[in-house]
Amino acid sequence: MEKMLAVKIWRGEEDGEYVTYHIPSRENQTVLDVVTEIQRQVDPTLAYRFSCRVGVCGSCAMTVNGKPRWTCRSHVKNVVENGVIQLEPLRNMPRIKDLVVDMTEFFDKWKNAGGEFIGTRTRQDRPALVDPASKARKQADAAIECINCAVCYAACDVVEWDKDYLGPAALNRAWSLVNDERHADPKGVLKKAMADGGCNSCHTQGSCMKHCPVGLSPTGSIAGLKKRSLFELFSGK
Amino acid sequence: MEMKLFLLQRLTAMIMVPFIFVHIGVIVYAVRGGLSAEEILGRTQGNWLWIAFYTLFVICASIHAPIGIRKVLKEWAGMRAQTLNLVALALGLLFLFLGLRAVIAVGGL
Repeated sequence: MEKMLAVKIWRGEEDGEYVTYHIPSRENQTVLDVVTEIQRQVDPTLAYRFSCRVGVCGSCAMTVNGKPRWTCRSHVKNVVENGVIQLEPLRNMPRIKDLVVDMTEFFDKWKNAGGEFIGTRTRQDRPALVDPASKARKQADAAIECINCAVCYAACDVVEWDKDYLGPAALNRAWSLVNDERHADPKGVLKKAMADGGCNSCHTQGSCMKHCPVGLSPTGSIAGLKKRSLFELFSGK
Repeated sequence: MEMKLFLLQRLTAMIMVPFIFVHIGVIVYAVRGGLSAEEILGRTQGNWLWIAFYTLFVICASIHAPIGIRKVLKEWAGMRAQTLNLVALALGLLFLFLGLRAVIAVGGL
């Protein structure tokens, strides 16, 4: 007999229930494959998000057996517990339907932390020459590969407790811009990251770093912001 | 304001770290084979070094602790900003009062 996988999926909005689906267990299968198979073969009303399927776009994050993960690159065999997978939407954001959350606050906070790049050059200017070996470039580099999947935002307890807290992704972005020598207003970014709900709300629990699917350390970025903001205050700038 | 409170809490922590070691170290050293209340008061009363040390210690603790409690209450009790500030201020003044009262009593002022 074919080996089956039991998949418990949250159906509904804030109010809802788990519905269990059974689909064939395969040798090579990601969690996203499982959700897609259920939606296409079993229940077409199931709502979820995905786009690239290869870990680039950051759309498909969900809570898998209690932990936030990018589902397209989470293999079933690595996350299954006793033949069961439990799927919920990401934590800390309002639920819209089934596995989909409203990410408005996540992206708003990204902007509130000063996350938008402001250039100083026009298309007529030559591209900036940034020394790849400089300290600032290396620090920006360490934070720059964020895919905005909101896994860190869902993993963070401070986000849960304090709705004003900007969260790990937004502050990580701020840190990469503070270190970007092409940016027109790095001081402005630092000021926003230091304001109420900014880097000083972080308790350095490190859940963001532990769960980040691309191996970034927002914890390290936030520590960098804290340190830099102290220097700014002492130097009176 | 959050940034200033953060800074103030870090600064008071930096001051208190050596204080804590001195505080505990002196207790362990002074107790030796046993210690009576008279012996303690005999050393502390009128001792201006002791009085200055613990006055500064009390001031730092009264600033440091309410800032932390304020944050915990914000996150875990969901209190509003104004209530939080009042509670933190009241706690700070209470700690300062109790601490300085003890310094005055033990220091023999």
